[in-house]
Amino acid sequence: MNGFEAKREDKEEISVVYLKGYLDAHTASEFESALQELVDEGRVCIIVNMCGLNYISSAGLGVFMGFIEDIRNKGGDIKLAEMTDKVFRVFDLLGFPMLYEIFKDEGAAIAKYRKP
Amino acid sequence: MISTDDKQYRLRIPSQTDNLELIRDFVAGIARRVGFNDSEINKIELAVDEACTNVITHAYENKDDQDIDVAVKLDYQKLTVIVTDRGKGFQFSDVEMPDMKNYLAELRVGGLGIYLMKALMDEVDYKSRPGGKNEVRMAKYLLKKK
Repeated sequence: MNGFEAKREDKEEISVVYLKGYLDAHTASEFESALQELVDEGRVCIIVNMCGLNYISSAGLGVFMGFIEDIRNKGGDIKLAEMTDKVFRVFDLLGFPMLYEIFKDEGAAIAKYRKP
Repeated sequence: MISTDDKQYRLRIPSQTDNLELIRDFVAGIARRVGFNDSEINKIELAVDEACTNVITHAYENKDDQDIDVAVKLDYQKLTVIVTDRGKGFQFSDVEMPDMKNYLAELRVGGLGIYLMKALMDEVDYKSRPGGKNEVRMAKYLLKKK
């Protein structure tokens, strides 16, 4: 049984990636592939929904950092949604709230993309 | 009453990233048994994960057939995890908050892992012996139950 899953759902111009399980040095490459696929398709309005994510290490956080500059240069973004407190603590320790928009629910992240 | 019974648990495991989950479960299981709360257990398992990830990627340069030794020691004061490897030694200088602009560079040299270990645990020490064993020692104090 695989301990990690990155499932994609396209909602018009926005792609939501649902993470489930644990994101560590072993599973990071799978998340990386999921983001790479979106970038290759030119889909750069991305939301990562983490309600099913129960663990993250610096390797997992590194995947976000590996893509964010390129995605923002292309006019897109990676918005973060529905983190548990446990996962947020790790993001917070590494200063992510300064660099990323974090939303309590996916709807708010979608609305942010669509705000005129 | 102070118990003089120190306990020790050891795990020797191959240097593969798919073993990180087992290592986390090992230390978390002991931490739970000793009575740490969920938040403290989360911190311990993440710190140990970061140490072991650094061993796999840096000390062993992703060779997957080397040994990582994870020892958990308990005394009346604290839980100590000692991660030992026989690979390349490491520059374990005092790491300040990583510069996020250099996040990827920091990640590549293991700086983020070290920073997290120091933020998550009460004590962190590193010994590197040229040609010998390298050891990361980290401890979390048992708090008195209120």
